[in-house]
Amino acid sequence: MLSFVLRRLGTMALTMLCLTLVVFFLVNLEPNLKKLAISQTEMHTSAEQLEGWLVNHGYRQNFFVRYGQWLGVIKKSPIIDPATGKASQRFSFCSDPVEPVYSGVLQGDFGCSTKFKADVSKKLFPALGATGILMFWVLAVMVPISLLIGILAGMREGSRTDRTLSVASIATTATPEYVSGVIFTVIFASWFGWLNGSAASASQGITFYNFTLPVMTLAIYGIGYIARMTRASMVEVMTQQYIRTARLKGLSFSSVVIKHALRNALIAPFTVIMLQFPWLLTGVVIVEVMFRYQGFGYVLVEAAGNNDIDLLLGCSLVSVFIVLITQLISDVGYAYLNPRIRVQ
Amino acid sequence: MQLEYVGTLGVILGVIARFWPTWLAIALVMGSSFYFKKKLGLYGQLFDSGVGIAGVGICLFWLFTAIFASTISPFNPLEQIVVMKDALPGAIEPATHKVFLFGGDKLARDVFSRMVYGSQIVLIIAPAATAFALMVGITLGLPAGYYGGRIDSFLSFLANLVLAFPVILLFYLLVTPGIMDTPIPYGMAGLFFLFPIIFFCTLFWTRFKKRPDRLYLLLGITLILGGWVYVGLVFDADPLGIVHIDPNQLNIFVAVVFASSPGVFRIVRGLTMDIKTRDYVAAAQTRGESPWYIMLWEVLPNARGPLIVDACLRIGYTTILLGTLGYFGLGLAPESPDWGTAIKDASRLLRSFIHPALPPTIALMSFVLGLNLLADSLREQSMKD
Repeated sequence: MLSFVLRRLGTMALTMLCLTLVVFFLVNLEPNLKKLAISQTEMHTSAEQLEGWLVNHGYRQNFFVRYGQWLGVIKKSPIIDPATGKASQRFSFCSDPVEPVYSGVLQGDFGCSTKFKADVSKKLFPALGATGILMFWVLAVMVPISLLIGILAGMREGSRTDRTLSVASIATTATPEYVSGVIFTVIFASWFGWLNGSAASASQGITFYNFTLPVMTLAIYGIGYIARMTRASMVEVMTQQYIRTARLKGLSFSSVVIKHALRNALIAPFTVIMLQFPWLLTGVVIVEVMFRYQGFGYVLVEAAGNNDIDLLLGCSLVSVFIVLITQLISDVGYAYLNPRIRVQ
Repeated sequence: MQLEYVGTLGVILGVIARFWPTWLAIALVMGSSFYFKKKLGLYGQLFDSGVGIAGVGICLFWLFTAIFASTISPFNPLEQIVVMKDALPGAIEPATHKVFLFGGDKLARDVFSRMVYGSQIVLIIAPAATAFALMVGITLGLPAGYYGGRIDSFLSFLANLVLAFPVILLFYLLVTPGIMDTPIPYGMAGLFFLFPIIFFCTLFWTRFKKRPDRLYLLLGITLILGGWVYVGLVFDADPLGIVHIDPNQLNIFVAVVFASSPGVFRIVRGLTMDIKTRDYVAAAQTRGESPWYIMLWEVLPNARGPLIVDACLRIGYTTILLGTLGYFGLGLAPESPDWGTAIKDASRLLRSFIHPALPPTIALMSFVLGLNLLADSLREQSMKD
């Protein structure tokens, strides 16, 4: 088991290395660098000045050298003024070094955000915290509801409850966040006026009034999917011999479901819930943009829109890490929960 | 100027009347399908359940709406009629006395016509992108599952690499105006569009190796047709000028294929690993068939059930992806009538007007719902066999 986890962690590190290299390549394409230079300099700058800005800030160094600097295996060097020979920080608004040092992701330095004019870590981690709160509430709503729907539907396959709930869950999986968000806002904010169509005030304090719509919107897409997986798993368990035996012993239907079926039926949904995280990440971006909640998704969109290289790399690193770690947890957890499957 | 309105009933009747070519076509197709139900195999069995009928009906509705879009929509989707700015549903346009059935948006365009034309964009790109993703996934998934070992580890690693990217980040990196100045989208298009040609050539080669008369004909057709479309799509240099795609649409297309082919790859790989242990594969191996013959003519036909179901779901998923692209304003032109862009434009003004937001959201939702219902009943029917 330990060697399995270690091997997976090794693959994970390799995957992250490859992916950050790809992202690094894409954000450093010539048009993107031009865009960055234009947004960082004054209006109406000549082409030579743009080029000068790029050279000055180290964007014209060798690609792999710069990747190494970001990673922290090559020393990051400050800007040296050619006239005076004096060293100065690359970006004055960040804690960039004035002497050549190893200062990359491996050392915990995520670089400098050109859009927010601050260290990436100062911007990224509070945003992750805000998104964490959102995620917590989404999971707190999504998991119980979807499991309940799945169990009720799968308990008696083919019954009226089953068919109604199944069609309802298919309908929610057909509703992406930007659709359900609009529909919920129209119903609950425009027509009834019960809820706030914007979560911008949630950064100061979360209330039922400003936080329900984002949570609802994010949860609804996942509910259908998890419910369908739970239903399939429940249906399979209910046809097993031991359920029939329990029924024939004279146990009541409810105690058969609760004591015998439930525990076995909940193994598969665990995996599904863990694998929902990558989906939730995309959903978070949409919902945060739609409801103006300043979390990870908002930061990602701002970084991508302004080609903020270091911030975008930080965002990719975090999201890829979340995807891979949840995959690992789901595999390990599955093997742990299900004694029939043991990893060699 | 005061606008005149037709009432709610007028709007409902007007919408139903505008869709007349769609109703007619659906009635013809559904009627004949019911009549010949017994002879139509899996498709005919769909008509045995309510869910199946609903799925087929909704999909056909959007298919025919896209085909007859120019007849159904009363206005040009890009035309701006200034008096109709933010008009409420049912407003009558003073010049032509035609009705803005779902009202006008903030740029004074007819919401109804935009919704109808939006279906065209979705129904061209989504199935085509799914088809290409299937080709890529099948061509790579079969050898990965069949041979296993190094090829499998390498291809699976690549697939997992793409799958580890959150879709939205992938789109922000791959679908930007800047990237069209670089050769990356064209290179990726060149790579992806090669797969169908390789697939069909291998398909015919393995089957008709010993029968040159059939082989050369089929290979010739594949190469000429495939090459023609390939040249038109990748280099935009179709000698006849029929096959043409805008650079930004090519960019979207490639990004969507790129995002969804690893999913197909995983499914095909899993199915192949399962099917290759069957007796008929062992029999083919004993006969001395070549590995690619076994993959394409023994394994693939037996994997078709789950693949058809997956294709249905995947078209729906691709529709959602296209909507996401539109919602973030990536790739598609800002005035494009597609549903995602329309939702983006309308959702910013929800506080003042809600009517431009509802038609595209409901359209997108119903189309994906139709595909999901179709996939669900296909799955159920194929399980019965």
